[in-house]
Amino acid sequence: MNTHNPVPILSVRGVNKIYAGGFRALNNINLDIQRGEIFALLGPNGAGKTTLISLICGIVKASSGTVIADGHDIVRDYRAARATIGLVPQELHTDSFESVWATVKFSRGLYGKAPDAAYLENVLRALSLWDKRKAKIMTLSGGMKRRVLIAKALAHEPTILFLDEPSAGVDVELRHAMWRMVRELRAQGTTIILTTHYIEEAEDMADRIGVINQGELIVVEDKSVLMRKLGKKQLSLTLRQPLSRIPTELNAWPLTLSGDGHTLIYRFDAQAEESGIAALLRTLNEHGIDFKDLRSSESSLEDIFVGLVHQSKQELT
Amino acid sequence: MNLYGIRAIYHFEMARTFRTLAESIAAPVLTTSLYFIVFGKAIGSRLGDIDSVSYGAFIIPGLVMLNLLNESIANASFGIYMPKWSGTIYELLSAPVSWIEVLIGYVGAAATKSVVLGLLIMGTARLFVPYEIAHPGWMIAFLLLTAVTFSLFGFIIGLWADNFQKLQVVPMLVVTPLTFLGGAFYSITMLPPLWQKITLFNPVVYLISGFRWSFYGVADVHIAMSIGMICGFLMLCLAYVGWVFKTGYKIRN
Ligand SMILES: Nc1ncnc2c1ncn2[C@@H]1O[C@H](COP(=O)(O)OP(=O)(O)OP(=O)(O)O)[C@@H](O)[C@H]1O
Ligand SMILES: [Mg+2]
Repeated sequence: MNTHNPVPILSVRGVNKIYAGGFRALNNINLDIQRGEIFALLGPNGAGKTTLISLICGIVKASSGTVIADGHDIVRDYRAARATIGLVPQELHTDSFESVWATVKFSRGLYGKAPDAAYLENVLRALSLWDKRKAKIMTLSGGMKRRVLIAKALAHEPTILFLDEPSAGVDVELRHAMWRMVRELRAQGTTIILTTHYIEEAEDMADRIGVINQGELIVVEDKSVLMRKLGKKQLSLTLRQPLSRIPTELNAWPLTLSGDGHTLIYRFDAQAEESGIAALLRTLNEHGIDFKDLRSSESSLEDIFVGLVHQSKQELT
Repeated sequence: MNLYGIRAIYHFEMARTFRTLAESIAAPVLTTSLYFIVFGKAIGSRLGDIDSVSYGAFIIPGLVMLNLLNESIANASFGIYMPKWSGTIYELLSAPVSWIEVLIGYVGAAATKSVVLGLLIMGTARLFVPYEIAHPGWMIAFLLLTAVTFSLFGFIIGLWADNFQKLQVVPMLVVTPLTFLGGAFYSITMLPPLWQKITLFNPVVYLISGFRWSFYGVADVHIAMSIGMICGFLMLCLAYVGWVFKTGYKIRN
């Protein structure tokens, strides 16, 4: 739990969602989002990411539990709560026949804000949509439609922005432009919650990371803490003489040998008090195993994520 | 009250009409003109007056009602069905608007369109048949009340429908027969006695009769009955919509 900022901008408490067919999509979700942070929600397909976002935004009704957005209960005080939230949905739902300008103007009005052409112009310019403002949405490419949805979500100046897989179907250049924009928004004080399947993206962008699997939030952690806590390090030793197998004297060590017998790999917990490297090197020396190079690396967030989901699957079965 | 929100929905819906001006306005006006030429002029000239009103003039209120019902239902049902179909309803669901406000936006726009259309048809009719309006105040009241009520009814159909067929089945299988059998082209006193009784179960009879009364001061049923029926139907629709919104039926998972 993050303690440096006591009043979360978004607070999800004991939220459950059981769909009409009886399927439990969310199971007792508790989550606090801090003001001004970028929070990445990770999870495999069908984990419940979109369901959680939809529930907070008012598209899906919670079966039980409460959500407070910027001090307002999303059900009892839905007007105030929703006015603070902007949503970019996962699917490209657009009004094909509308112009970009009309649809953005519509969004601002729908959210109860007085017209402000200058503000909307800024939003469209920031998203490189200004030249397309008169174009019908159906004439735009998928990536541009995604940007139109972002512009619509920003039209009412939300303080909390949900981006549900914003980089799906978006090329590298646009993705980078989008992340620049996300950082700018955060710099202006907007809190951002995003889902993504590109783990590098979360690793790159997020302050904190939540991992959801089969409707359960299995981890919520500062990104760096998560990587430190769950990250494994590995030490690769390039041998002078290839080995055909790991000598029995080294059985006590968790070692693997590369296929060609040239590299010995030692995995260890990054958190452990004692890495055991010194002892290992001594042992190797005692047995006359000589090496010409050594390299250590950390596991990526991807490894951590795959490990977590795998682990939670095993626990469930 | 989110007035900007209502205005946004209303504008959105009206813009849709202007984009499709030919289908929305020109087509019904043209069709009705054909009715006047065929029934009013060609056939009507061979028919005697009904209740001392010429046949051409007699059918005007019925034709206006016919269009009013069809257009109100079509516009409002399509208006709310489209965002459901295209997925853009996510925005309505996540915006700080109440369902009453959504309703006012959609039903208001649909009713505006059909009232304008009704007035256009009455204007067109004037080119073919001379007629006077005996009770203009009541005429406007009937026009507005019917437009609002059936736009509301259309809104309900649009909420209920989950495919395009369903969207069309109620107007085609229920509303069109009821309007044609509702006395648009005849006075129910022209029917055999048994059918005069049966036809009283058709709510459209009351609408057309009341509307015609506001034109010519003659009616098939008492004017109070007409007003009662339409207000009753309005209440029924409102109650149903209230229930739908309360339960989130078919809209919010
Ligand atoms: N309307 C619905 N009715 C019934 N089940 C649903 C409904 N919507 C989603 N689900 C189910 O809920 C689960 C979670 O879906 P959700 O869309 O939240 O997943 P997600 O994490 O966003 O996945 P993805 O990464 O594919 O977008 C899935 O098993 C899905 O089939
Ligand atoms: Mg999703």
